[in-house]
Amino acid sequence: MNTWFTPRNVVVAILLVFLALVPVYSAFTGNTFLMTLFTRIVILAMAATSLNLILGYGGMVSFGHAVYLGIGGYAIGIMAQEGIGSGFIQWPVAIAASALFALAVGALSLRTRGLYFIMITLAFAQLVYYFGVGLDRYGADDGLNIYRRSQFFEPINLSNRTQFYYCCFVLLIASIYLTWRIVNSRFGMVIQGARSNDRRMQAIGFPTYRYRLTCFVIAGTICGLAGVLLANHTEFVSPAMMHWTRSGDLIVMVVLGGMASTFGPLIGAITLLVLEETLPVLIKFVATPFVGAAASRAAEYWQIVLGPLFLLVVLFARGGINGLLESLRRD
Amino acid sequence: MLLVLEQCLNGLQFGLLLFLLAAGLTLIFGIMDFVNLAHGSLYMIGAYFAATFVAWTGSFVGGAVLALGATLLIGMLLEVVAIRPLYGRDHLDHVLGTFGLVLFFNELVRMVWGPAGLRVPLPDWLNTSVPLLPGLFYPTYRIAIIVTALAVALLLYVLVMRTRLGMLIRAGASNREMAGALGVNIKLLYTLVFGLGAALAGLAGLMQAPISTVQIGMGENVLILAFVVIIIGGIGSIRGAFIAAILVGLLDTIGRAFLPDILRMMMTSRGAATVAPALSSMMIYLVMAIVLVVRPQGLFPVAGK
Amino acid sequence: MTDALLTIDGLAKRFGGVTASDGIDLAVSAGELHAIIGPNGAGKTTLIGQLTGEIVPDAGRIQFDGQDITALPAHQRSQRGLARSFQITSLFNDFTALDNVALAVQAHSGHSFHFWRDARSDAALRTPARETLARVGLAGRENVIVSSMSHGEHRQLEIAMALATRPRMLLLDEPMAGMGPEESVRMIALLRELKRDLTILLIEHDMDAVFALADRISVLVYGRVIASGEPAAIRANAEVRKAYLGEQESSGGHHG
Repeated sequence: MNTWFTPRNVVVAILLVFLALVPVYSAFTGNTFLMTLFTRIVILAMAATSLNLILGYGGMVSFGHAVYLGIGGYAIGIMAQEGIGSGFIQWPVAIAASALFALAVGALSLRTRGLYFIMITLAFAQLVYYFGVGLDRYGADDGLNIYRRSQFFEPINLSNRTQFYYCCFVLLIASIYLTWRIVNSRFGMVIQGARSNDRRMQAIGFPTYRYRLTCFVIAGTICGLAGVLLANHTEFVSPAMMHWTRSGDLIVMVVLGGMASTFGPLIGAITLLVLEETLPVLIKFVATPFVGAAASRAAEYWQIVLGPLFLLVVLFARGGINGLLESLRRD
Repeated sequence: MLLVLEQCLNGLQFGLLLFLLAAGLTLIFGIMDFVNLAHGSLYMIGAYFAATFVAWTGSFVGGAVLALGATLLIGMLLEVVAIRPLYGRDHLDHVLGTFGLVLFFNELVRMVWGPAGLRVPLPDWLNTSVPLLPGLFYPTYRIAIIVTALAVALLLYVLVMRTRLGMLIRAGASNREMAGALGVNIKLLYTLVFGLGAALAGLAGLMQAPISTVQIGMGENVLILAFVVIIIGGIGSIRGAFIAAILVGLLDTIGRAFLPDILRMMMTSRGAATVAPALSSMMIYLVMAIVLVVRPQGLFPVAGK
Repeated sequence: MTDALLTIDGLAKRFGGVTASDGIDLAVSAGELHAIIGPNGAGKTTLIGQLTGEIVPDAGRIQFDGQDITALPAHQRSQRGLARSFQITSLFNDFTALDNVALAVQAHSGHSFHFWRDARSDAALRTPARETLARVGLAGRENVIVSSMSHGEHRQLEIAMALATRPRMLLLDEPMAGMGPEESVRMIALLRELKRDLTILLIEHDMDAVFALADRISVLVYGRVIASGEPAAIRANAEVRKAYLGEQESSGGHHG
C-alpha cells in the first residue's frame, strides 16, 4: 500500500528495526556502551509514552510524573534490601504501589484544572521527593544500591544484558500498542474530548472526572513499571530520580517528539538522549580544527541550545518532530 | 520564648522575600494572563549579578543597585524576545516555553559563572546585630531586608492604586482590547510590567544572596514556594500574595525550627529525627494541597477572574 | 393545561451587588416551544446557567419531568433528557463533525470504560451520529474538521450535539446568533421540524424566529418574567412593548 510509505512511518520503522537490532550490533562489535545507553533510552521512552497518555491526549500537565519512576524503583530497592528478591513478588507490588499512589494523588489533583493542576502535581512531586530524602533506612539523599536484579525462574536472567534489553524493548512496544488502543477506544474519546472541551463533555452527559482519574492511574502504573526496569538497569535508586526537574525531562521528550502522537514520545526520548551523548563529541570534533581548545568548552555547554530549541518547538513546531515528519507528506 | 520570637522574625523576613517574588508572578499572571516558570531564573540572575557587581565595585549598595538595574534590563529584553510570541496561547504553552527558558538560564549561568556556588560577603556596617529586646540580638541585615521589602510593598501599593501607570495596569488587567482601543500602548505596558516583575524577583534574589549561597537552580526551589503563595493567596491578587507570603514564610520557618521538638514530644527521638526534616519540607506542600482541594480559588480570589 | 415538563419556581441569583435572577417563575409544557425574550442584561445567561447546572441558584427550585434537579450537576441533567446548545459555539474544534456528534451519542450509550475497540469504527455510534448530522442539514460535511467549518455550520452542529443525546427537551441558547438571512431561514425550518417531537425552550433575540415558532413567549426583564403568554398577547402587551419590543422597533426592527 502506497499510503503507508509516509516519511514519518519510514522513520519510525527504521528506528524500531534499529532498536531491535542493538544487541546484535553490540554482540558483533563488543560495544556494550551502546546497549547500556539504549536500554536507558527504551525505558525512558516507556515512561514518556505513559506521560503522553495524560499530557498529550488528556491535557493533564503533570510535573510529578517522574515520581512513579521513583515509586517503582524504590519498591524494588526496598524489597531487595529487606531480602525479597523474587521478581514475582517485587514487580506486582511495585506496580500496585504506583497504581495506588496515582489513585490517591489523582483523586485530589484532578479536582483542579489548568495552572492549579500543574502546581498541585508539582507539590506532590516535592512531597514525595522530600519523603525520599528522609528515608534514612534506605539511603536517604545518597540513594540505595540494589545488589541483585529481580529474580525470576530460569532461563530468565535479568543480569544478562541482552535478555534485559529485550525485556525492556518488548514492554516498550507493549506500552505503545496499549496506549494506541486506549486512545482510539471509547475511553480514549472521552479523554480527548475532556482535553478539548470539558465543559462540552459535561453538557452532553459525561462525568469526566472518573475517566480522567482512570487515565491518570493507568499512566502512573505504566510509569511505575518503567521505574522497576530503570532500577534493575541502574541497580540504584535515589530521590533525585523523582525531582520535578526529572518530570520536566519527560515533558521535554513528549513535546519534542510530538504530543498526542503514538510514536512521539519514543522519537523524543531517542532524540534527547542521543543528542546528550553525541552532540558534545560532535561539536568538539567539528569545531576543534577551527577554534582549537575553545571547542571543548563549547562542547561542554551544548545544553544551552536545548532551552531555546525547546522554546522554538513550542512556538513553531507544536507537533514536535512527529508533526514535522507528518507535514512532509504529500497528500 | 526569645527563640520563638527570633524564628518569627526570620519567618517574616523569609515571607517578605517570598512576597517580592510572588508579587511579580501574580502581577504578570493577573495582567498578561501569563504563567512564568522562568521567574525563578530572574531571581537567580539577580543574585549572580549581585555577586559580580558587589565584588567589582567594592560597595554592597552600589553592587546591589547595579544588579537590580541589570535584572530589570534582562527582564525587559526577555519579554520582547521570548515572551511576546507566547501571549494568547494557552497556559500549557506558557509553562513549556518558559521551562525551556529555565533550562537556558541554568546553562547560561553555568557557562558564565561556573558550576560552583558563589558567596556575597556583607559589608561591616551590615554585618552586625542589633538588640531588639533584652537578650534578643537580631542581625542588622535581616532587619534591613524586612524594612526594604516592606518599603517596596508600600511603593507597589501606591503604584498600582494611586498612580496613572497603576491605573493603566489595572485597566489592562480587566480589559485588554478596550485599554488598547483607548490608546494605551499595550505592548509597552506589558514590557514594563514584566520588567517590574523581573526587578522584584531580582531584588529578592540579591537580598537573599548574602544569607545563603548563590547557586544554579536556587530559583526553582523558591519559585515553587512562590507559586504556593499565589495559589493560597489567590492568583492575581497582590494583597492575597502579601498575606499568604507572610503566612507561608512563618509556617515554613517555624515549622522547620520547631517541628523536630514537637515531634519528639509525640514519638521516639529516633523517629522524630527521621520524620522531622522530611515533614517540615513537606508541610508547605501539604497546606497548598489542602487549600487547593478545599478552596481552589485561593483565600483572596480576584473577583471576576 | 398539558403537564409541565419543566417548572421553575422562584429562581433567584445574586452576584455581589447585582441581582441577575429575581424570583423567576416559569413553566414549559410538554411538546411546546416556549421562547424567552428580553433585552440584553436581563439575566438570560444566568437563567440558562442555572437550568443547565453550571450556576447554583441562591433560592428557588427547578423541576424537570416531576423531579427536582436544582442541585443536579450538568452531566446528570443531560442523562435525564435535558439537552442544551451553547450561545457561543462550544465544540471539539480539532475533531471532525462526525467525531463530535458520535461523542454525544456515546455519552448516552452506557459507560465508556471500553479500552480496546476502535470507537471510530463502531457502527452503534457512527450510524446514529450520521443520521443526526443529516437531520440538521450537515450530511456530506461529516469528515470536515470543526475548525474549518463556517459559523452557520457550527450553529447547526450545536443543535446536532444536543439532538444526538436523544433528549426529552432542548434548551437552545440563541441558536441563530450571528447568522445571515439565508442561514436563519434554514434554522427556523429545522426548529419547526424539531418542534414536532421535542419540547423546546428557546432563548432568542431574532424576533422573526420567535414569532414564527413560539407557542408561548415569556419576557425577561431585570431578572423577572414580566409577561408570559401566547405570541399575539405578548405583541399587544404594553409593558412588553415599552421594555423590549419598543427598543427593537426604534432600532429598525432587526436585532444586531
